[in-house]
Amino acid sequence: MSERVLMKGNEAFGEAAIRGGCRYYVGYPITPQNELTEFMSREMTKRGGKFVQAESELASINMAYGIAAAGGNVFVSSASPGIALMQEGLSFICSAELPLVALNVSRGGPGIGGIQPGQADYNQVTRGGGNGDYHIPVFAPASIQESIDILYDAFSLADEWRNPIMILADGMIGQMMEPVTLPEPKAPISEDEIAVRKPWALSGTKKGHRSVVKSLRMQPNDLEKHVEKLFEKYRQAEKELVKYDSDRIEDAEVVFVSFGTTARIVSEVIDMLAEDGIKAGLIRPISLWPFPEEAFSKVNPKTKVVISAELNMGQMMTDVKAAVCGRFPVRLINRTGGIIPTSLEIYERAKKILGEYK
Amino acid sequence: MRTIFEPTKGMLPVDTSYCPGCTHGIAHRLIMECVEEKGRLGDTLGVSPIGCSVVAHEFMNIDMCESAHGRAPAVAAGLRRVHPNHLIFTYQGDGDLASIGAAEIIHAANRGEKFTTFFINNAIYGMTGGQMAPTTLIGQKSTTSVEGRKKEVNGMPLRVSELLATIDGAVFVERVALNSPANIRKAKKAVMKALEVQEKGLGFSFVEFLSACPTNWGYQPVDALKWLTENMIPYYPLGNLRCPEEVK
Repeated sequence: MSERVLMKGNEAFGEAAIRGGCRYYVGYPITPQNELTEFMSREMTKRGGKFVQAESELASINMAYGIAAAGGNVFVSSASPGIALMQEGLSFICSAELPLVALNVSRGGPGIGGIQPGQADYNQVTRGGGNGDYHIPVFAPASIQESIDILYDAFSLADEWRNPIMILADGMIGQMMEPVTLPEPKAPISEDEIAVRKPWALSGTKKGHRSVVKSLRMQPNDLEKHVEKLFEKYRQAEKELVKYDSDRIEDAEVVFVSFGTTARIVSEVIDMLAEDGIKAGLIRPISLWPFPEEAFSKVNPKTKVVISAELNMGQMMTDVKAAVCGRFPVRLINRTGGIIPTSLEIYERAKKILGEYK
Repeated sequence: MRTIFEPTKGMLPVDTSYCPGCTHGIAHRLIMECVEEKGRLGDTLGVSPIGCSVVAHEFMNIDMCESAHGRAPAVAAGLRRVHPNHLIFTYQGDGDLASIGAAEIIHAANRGEKFTTFFINNAIYGMTGGQMAPTTLIGQKSTTSVEGRKKEVNGMPLRVSELLATIDGAVFVERVALNSPANIRKAKKAVMKALEVQEKGLGFSFVEFLSACPTNWGYQPVDALKWLTENMIPYYPLGNLRCPEEVK
């Protein structure tokens, strides 16, 4: 039975993961995601799972690597600087083709930065800070319900693609409360099922063959072949995992591009501009990688300007400009450092920008 | 006809990639003989480190995974969460375990993780070409301590077994040497006991093998064993530091 409840984002992430079949969680304290680690410490054991508080984010991503290599559905979470520490592990996990779900409840940076919500990890999550050629599909929810829906499916998606799936939820989504509908719990994979459902996983040679999980390839030819094989998968992912929402872009004079919390504020701005008789639209990327370039082909050819609205110094603009491909000017409305602009601030700055494109 | 010797089924019938006189081959064989004798080849999981023995999975006939530099104990902790009854071990060198992986080994021991760590201490970084390790002896020359390790600059060599023996969760800690037939037989006994500790669920078990790296030490294999005997054993005394009653 699906349930309607009022939940804090950080706790909802945990509940959605457990209902999505996850039974292994590894965490380390860092703000603003602590309620998730605390929730998992209470809930995982109760519900037949395992909770580990690691000694560092380096250890937590590598414990998660071990759990994934052994065939468990594992969830690991952190916030910006903690995700930075996990990058080496994520590169290993991509090369070893292990399924894993990672959540970044992001805050301001660089460095220790601050603990208020931020989106300045856009480059970190979409480009990856680890070494080598790899990609991680990244989804950025704009509400707690959407976070639940994404997390609920993320574990089977990770299994299907044998790759990490990253969720970028800014600190606002982690910290706020919203009424949500919880999905029906899925049955987790049992230890006995691993040998059959994940024959590549480490479950012992008694299953009839020997499994080796690795990323070392000393021969350049082998490594090149391996990376090319990974990229066949990524090319497929670029087609199949694109996800976005759009609103009124077909006849807009101005099109905003915005994700997560910022996109919700921009939705209000669009209505405010409509009251002034200005037609505005929104492209809301849900998948940040792959970036929804196709959404831009539906933009009104008479659109005067595309505005990227972000909580960083304009990191997404690189992708927006590539998608726009010179057809429209691209401008930025942003705040950073943990400041969330009001709808009025974005509205006024948008009006000013529009004034330049009469 | 009576069979008096057979290679262990725990090792794959391939040549190893280790240098002449390197003792990795002996350590591999001892561990895999013990796993076979326990009848656990089918449900043993191993974690290889970064270093020469990253490729241990090409030689050991069990399910294995590689790990990032120093993180093998974290990876093994992950494996353990999924497979509560398998035999699980990490195999790590001294650069991997005592330097970059110092935090992971200490916390795995402190949680009393129910797996075994086999620690190969050859007092040097092997794969990268002979740089100084935390275990390099005072006066020992390496490519990053060409005049020999100095206490004032690099501190004293780290005695990992003694360090871990202070941790409550590390219930079995023993240092052995692969320098003579007698010591190799003792080493095998220690491996057996460490695995028994794990099978009985008593806590974290740890065996340190004093090992030879003739290539990077700049010695012939026989001279390397002599150097180990004369220099390493006096600083790294052999013997058991902790052993639970149940396996004594």
